Amino acid sequence: MIGIEHYLVVSSIMFVLGVLGIFLNRKNIIVILMAIELILLAVNLNLVAFSAYLNDLTGQVFAMFVLTVAAAEAAIGLAILVIYFRNRGTIAVDDVNRMKG
Amino acid sequence: MDYATSLGLLAPELVLALSGLVLLLVAAWGGDESARVNSIAGAIALGGAFALSLSAVVDGASGLDTFAFFGQFRADAFAGLAKLMIFASSIAVLMIAPRYFERIGAMRAEFPVLVVFAALGMAIMVSAGDLLSLYIGLELNSLAAYVLASILRDEERSAEAGLKYFVLGALASGILLFGISLTYGFAGTTNYTGIAVAVADGLSTGQLFGLTFVLAGLAFKISAAPFHMWTPDVYEGAPTPVTAFFASAPKVAAIALLARVSLEAFGTQADAWRQIVIFAALLSIVIGALGAIGQDNVKRLLAYSSINNVGFILIGLAAGTVGGASAMMVYLVIYVVMTLGSFVAVLLMRDAEGRPVEGVSDLAGLSTTRPVLAWCLLALMFSLAGIPPLFGFWGKFVVFQAAVQADLIALAAIGIAASVIGAFYYIKIVKVMFFDDPVDTVKGESDVPHWVLLGLCALFVSPLGYLLIAPLDNVADLAAASLAVIP
Repeated sequence: MIGIEHYLVVSSIMFVLGVLGIFLNRKNIIVILMAIELILLAVNLNLVAFSAYLNDLTGQVFAMFVLTVAAAEAAIGLAILVIYFRNRGTIAVDDVNRMKG
Repeated sequence: MDYATSLGLLAPELVLALSGLVLLLVAAWGGDESARVNSIAGAIALGGAFALSLSAVVDGASGLDTFAFFGQFRADAFAGLAKLMIFASSIAVLMIAPRYFERIGAMRAEFPVLVVFAALGMAIMVSAGDLLSLYIGLELNSLAAYVLASILRDEERSAEAGLKYFVLGALASGILLFGISLTYGFAGTTNYTGIAVAVADGLSTGQLFGLTFVLAGLAFKISAAPFHMWTPDVYEGAPTPVTAFFASAPKVAAIALLARVSLEAFGTQADAWRQIVIFAALLSIVIGALGAIGQDNVKRLLAYSSINNVGFILIGLAAGTVGGASAMMVYLVIYVVMTLGSFVAVLLMRDAEGRPVEGVSDLAGLSTTRPVLAWCLLALMFSLAGIPPLFGFWGKFVVFQAAVQADLIALAAIGIAASVIGAFYYIKIVKVMFFDDPVDTVKGESDVPHWVLLGLCALFVSPLGYLLIAPLDNVADLAAASLAVIP
């Protein structure tokens, strides 16, 4: 029987993978965008699992909102990436160093 | 409560949403020639929203009458006061931005639209009474802000600032959302009132995890240490009017939001979040003070200054009392004025060709070449440092007073000691302006709106500001009392 804790474990693993994907990745900014999506998916899994577990619709409604916002976020992220690439001709993470930090 | 009453409570947001959509159409059809008209119309819409939120603040609205849409939304005095600050600083940004962008030939019609939508998102943030409306408001604000940071499409630094802001902002939203999902799962509801009931008998492990993730995500948004690393880069790279915007309005919104979540939803469990807030506060003050040393870029320096100030605001929050929330609001009002004034002063620094000058060393001898600008900057810097005759001192005073009254004497003592370190670099700017040999880089002709705004800010932080203490304390107390805080 698959219980709520299994879902929690899977979503926690996905969340940690996503965060690590942002911090450990030294190659490509597209990978960072994918890692962000992974984090949001982990959250959605959590919300839907809790929603079913609690017999409460709020979680599923919340998941729909998260999906919508994630789409807008990805669109804006890609747009910013495009103007960045036009200026610099590269999207390697190590090259994002015009300012120290 | 019926639908019409709920809508009535949302009046400022409705004005902003509708005018934002109309402005978007004007921008789409009119092209960049409509930029000026759009800025003025946007400022008028924000002014209307300002006027509509005024009554809640003056009346000290609180209680169930302020709950719209089944508690999704609160139109109380606390939200009202935060909205006044947000709308006022958005108007100020719309006043100063067009001339800056026109000078470099990059004024775009969508700039005012984005500012209006960001202000709308912030208004929803401060009024949120549910984790769902919190998230929607936060994202509406953040998405507009990412675009604003990279609005100078052809400039490398602006694009890089936008990219960094986007990646770290999206990560922060992810962390916040993960916390929200855990809170929802272990509290069984996303409503603040419901959460407050669910956690009344102590936090379960899951709820504690949720709370921690939510606080970490919000700390990113207010750029509190240890989640501050994006701030200097974004503040330096974004165009100066946009930086002025980032340092004022979104900070107010995120701090008000943080205060409402901690005091309303988790108000009964103050001991659980207090240690996190104290840790973030002290670290922000120290990192803000030490990081600024050795910076030559004024915008970077002001970024560290804003990290430092967030630390002081969090001390007010750490008190976890009505007095603490009120002190926090007083500090926020003063902070917003000081920051806006400093960035307007940065905007006025231009060389002979009209290009922006941003180096601290370029300020050398400003007192002989541009005495008025130098004296205004002196007032703002001393005020940021919290030196007594100026109004910035009062903000620090009330915050520390609240901390002492809440028996957080060690926190107050360390905070005061660290604020002395911070004074070092503010005073260094003054030293460069008044005692170094003039380099005469800052020339640039004057812009009336900039000078008016700078004059107002300098007047506010001058000792004349103390005349405002009584009304300011009054509205801040009303606002704090409208939060359902534990006594």
